[in-house]
Amino acid sequence: MSISLSIIYLISTVTFVIGLKFLGHPATAKKGNLISAAGMILAIIGTLFLHGIENVPLTNYVLIGAALLVGAVLGWIIAMKVAMTKMPELVSLFNGFGGGSALLIGLIEFNKNVGVDPSLKLGPAITTTILAAIVIGSITLTGSLVAWAKLNGSMKDLRLPKYNLINNLLFVLLIAFSAYIVMMNTDSFVLIYALLIASLIYGYLFVVPIGGADMPVVISLLNSLTGIAAAITGILYGNMVMLVGGILVGSAGLILTFVMCNAMNRSLKNVIFGAFGGDSVAAGAGNIVGGTIKKTTASDAAVMMNYANKVVIVPGYGLAVAQAQHVIHELEELLTKKGVDVSYAIHPVAGRMPGHMNVLLAESNVDYDKLIEMDSINPQFTNTDVVLVVGANDVVNPAAHNDPSSPIYGMPILDVENAKHIIVNKRSMNVGYAGIENELFFNSKTSMLFGDAKDAITKLVTELKNM
Amino acid sequence: MNEFLEFISNNLQLFYILILAIFIGVELIKNVPSVLHTPLMSGANALSGVVIVGAILVMLEATTILSLTLGFIAVVLGIINVVGGFAVTDRMLQMFKKRK
Repeated sequence: MSISLSIIYLISTVTFVIGLKFLGHPATAKKGNLISAAGMILAIIGTLFLHGIENVPLTNYVLIGAALLVGAVLGWIIAMKVAMTKMPELVSLFNGFGGGSALLIGLIEFNKNVGVDPSLKLGPAITTTILAAIVIGSITLTGSLVAWAKLNGSMKDLRLPKYNLINNLLFVLLIAFSAYIVMMNTDSFVLIYALLIASLIYGYLFVVPIGGADMPVVISLLNSLTGIAAAITGILYGNMVMLVGGILVGSAGLILTFVMCNAMNRSLKNVIFGAFGGDSVAAGAGNIVGGTIKKTTASDAAVMMNYANKVVIVPGYGLAVAQAQHVIHELEELLTKKGVDVSYAIHPVAGRMPGHMNVLLAESNVDYDKLIEMDSINPQFTNTDVVLVVGANDVVNPAAHNDPSSPIYGMPILDVENAKHIIVNKRSMNVGYAGIENELFFNSKTSMLFGDAKDAITKLVTELKNM
Repeated sequence: MNEFLEFISNNLQLFYILILAIFIGVELIKNVPSVLHTPLMSGANALSGVVIVGAILVMLEATTILSLTLGFIAVVLGIINVVGGFAVTDRMLQMFKKRK
């Protein structure tokens, strides 16, 4: 490797560290992303022109150029077209592609071992590295694709009987199998493909039983794994930019995973080995929530909000699905004009990923200062006149406080039941994403405003305008 | 086992860097406000696309049809991860900035 390429890689590595650092602060985040992107472009261009590999056929350059062009255009189009509500799916999909890339590199490198003189064979350390790239790359590929399919609703949770046992056995088998291949120092492609297929199946089985509410944690974990796969391929080439870039993503992703688990008061073990599994649903069903619900109409709700001093809006994913971000902003502006103090209560896991709701509301121009985080808004509920819950469910479920048998018991929630009145907009009485009943809906202070979020809020706005 | 120890001692620098990088990653992310978790995840995801460098190296050395084909796919997937990841993160962060 030429010295100039080494220096380029060093610069790229530094941009990655600075970029990640900047990404962590609201004021510098955008700049941070662009700095990392510039570093990445530098590393790619440097590799293309300064690789120092001799006698590269022209066809290879043409193919690389074509692949870069096709992929870049595809990536750009996907990134520009996707709706902000689909962000978690997209991150998951891109992540799967990264894993797929790592696994293919591993396969090709293993290919070098085939049919060569025994004295030239790759050593066990290199073989281990290659196998690790294949195994981790495959797991992230199928795992991310399953996460993607589950988030966009085209795949449902599937729990085989004793799925934890099966998954753990398969995991042990993968390690044993890899160890066998290393020790045999084999060049058998049959064994490698068998390992590949087993890893792909493991990725599928690993993610498929995990409940929808836990998907952000899984995506973050898979993201971390892709980073590790990239770092492992970096070891393979002694390539510092891949090693450091990959490890940064690996450890940052892992920390982010833990932060998210904390926000939901769940342990990582709990997420992976599933408390939202079959048993907890049974427990949740045993906890019968009784009482009657009170329905309200748009005009009654509008009157209530018109004469309130303080209104807090609790947005959930249902709001995003109905594309009601813009009309909720209209409602908020209208109420503010009428002298009502309006703010939004943002639960850390509102939406489908932490911070997702902030992105969605920012998209519809909601003032940043009006988005209040859970710890600051919770004490304010006691002097709130009306809480309007739109498409949120589990994050306002009091069972998290007072029902130890509930799967969400212990999760910090928004204490909306402390407000004087609660208006809940929901499409129907269906249970939330976590699949549990919500006693808030049966509270005597709660009135239910049934209907699609966009329709219901639009009606509210019309009523308010006529007042 | 000896070969492994030899590999480690031959690449000792690599392992120092690896371990230090783990700590840097942890320190960088530890105190990030939850508002930024989604863009951060997406930005970090774009960074993991650095695997593209490996994919290009593989392609440069590829001689057989099989490795050229697999390498081609690896480059396509890697660059989608990179371009799409950075672009979508930028789009997301744009929304935080456009007011005021």
